[in-house]
Amino acid sequence: MALPGCVDGLTRGSIGAAYRGTNSMKLIIAIIKPFKLDDVRDALTANGIQGMTVAEVKGYGRQKGHKEIYRGAEYAVNFLPKIRVDVAVDDNRVDKVVEVIANAAKTGQIGDGKIFVTGIEGAVRIRTGETDSDAL
Amino acid sequence: MTTTRALLSIALLVLGATPALAEAAPTIDTGDTAWMIAATGLVLMMTIPGLALFYCGMVRKKNVLATMAQSLLCTMLCSVLWVVCGYSLAFNGDGALIGNLDKVMLRGIGMDAIAPATKIPEILFMAYQMTFAIITVALVAGSVADRMRFSAFVWFAALWMLVVYVPIAHWVWGGGWVTPDAASMKPGILDFAGGTVVHLNAGIAGLVAAYVIGQRHGYGSENFSPYDLSLAVIGTGLLWVGWFGFNGGSALAANSRAAFALVATHLAASMGALTWMVLEWWTRGKPSVLGMISGAVAGLGTITPASGFVLPWHGLVIGLLAGAICFWACTKLKQKVGYDDSLDVFGVHGIGGATGTFLCGVFAVAAIGETAGLLEGNPGQLLYQFYGIVAVAAWSGIATVILLKLIELMVPLRVSKQSEIEGLDVTQHGEALQ
Repeated sequence: MALPGCVDGLTRGSIGAAYRGTNSMKLIIAIIKPFKLDDVRDALTANGIQGMTVAEVKGYGRQKGHKEIYRGAEYAVNFLPKIRVDVAVDDNRVDKVVEVIANAAKTGQIGDGKIFVTGIEGAVRIRTGETDSDAL
Repeated sequence: MTTTRALLSIALLVLGATPALAEAAPTIDTGDTAWMIAATGLVLMMTIPGLALFYCGMVRKKNVLATMAQSLLCTMLCSVLWVVCGYSLAFNGDGALIGNLDKVMLRGIGMDAIAPATKIPEILFMAYQMTFAIITVALVAGSVADRMRFSAFVWFAALWMLVVYVPIAHWVWGGGWVTPDAASMKPGILDFAGGTVVHLNAGIAGLVAAYVIGQRHGYGSENFSPYDLSLAVIGTGLLWVGWFGFNGGSALAANSRAAFALVATHLAASMGALTWMVLEWWTRGKPSVLGMISGAVAGLGTITPASGFVLPWHGLVIGLLAGAICFWACTKLKQKVGYDDSLDVFGVHGIGGATGTFLCGVFAVAAIGETAGLLEGNPGQLLYQFYGIVAVAAWSGIATVILLKLIELMVPLRVSKQSEIEGLDVTQHGEALQ
């Protein structure tokens, strides 16, 4: 997927550089219990993470769903509300950040969630045009 | 009404009034009138937005606006029809089964017209009764929510009000065959504010309509969990407060009886909600909000016929029984029998209305409503309550079936399966919540 051509010629040159494997960034996707969001945000902030993206999502894992009862009618609710936190970091910080999130989000009960780590091909800060690690 | 009429005749006898005096026109009481204007507003508030919110919060997101549209439609359409001929047919004339057409288009209701046996303007009595007709039709809509075609519902609301509500209001309140009349020693059913006319009537019609129209697509297998119970809680609050006008206003005067009815009403609502909550907590493990509001409405519907005939503490007993019996009807009876009464119009209003009408015959206190019940040594009243219940249920059930079958000849009663899955908001009204 090509990024829009309009970023070409910005201060740090073509975004194309990001595609040649010269960067090493990771996207950490954490699916956590909604009530743990504040703990996770505080822990990340305390460890120097300056930004994150949060979304309300629904899903289930081994926990499965739960039952809801309305005037005696039982419905199995398979998808439970969760919070998804996306954090982009440099490679060298991945282990630390994953540990911070895991510690902050853990209750020890079923349904605590999961953390996924995946590569990032490139990044741009829209306001300045900075790219890759500088844009994080 | 009957009480006032009886008191009036007794007073006239005691005074040994001359014919000229006896015919002296009663005057309008400003206190009574002020209260009844307020009560009229309270009862209208019960339908819009009270019932609209109560119902729409319990359906799925795709049917929220369509459910509110039914309450709105009833308000608009029934108001017009009530003025055109509904009021005259229900409350004018002494026919056993139906009134007459003398007051069509409010003909003859002038500035000085006073409602019979009251001290309020007749135009106000007409408006107050109009709000009862509106909410009764709107209540029925809950049983067929999620699947009835709007055009069919328009026909249904108009015809049902004229063919079912109006005659029954005449029988029970308007001087018809079961209206009691102390002056002529004519016994009849005690129904203070509409246990039979409003709640049993709507409940039976709802049950019948749920059978005729059939179960919702996916009933019993798909998740029908409510869109937003917080809306239903707001709606319940408006219904609860509005009910002070519904039952308190049925005294048709600003007096102690209105205040006694108001207190009994409030206690029954509280007790009904507590009972439902406790039963659910006990049998299901959690006290749900839907359970609390269902119990409150059950208590309110059940105390309605008795509210102006019993003592406040009777409201506690009636509320307790209402919570227990309606809980059983909504959670056990409905599943056992298998009808899909979407919002439990029968389970709450039908069962509650019948229960309350019966209990009114048990607890009635002569010092409050002139008529004694079983506990004061008048078991015969139970019989009158019973035949009132049977008569109203029979007419409501039979006439509703016939009306629905007639309407079906003109327009399908329910939407297509595809429209039902897509949702009534988009398919019936071209709008949707985003």
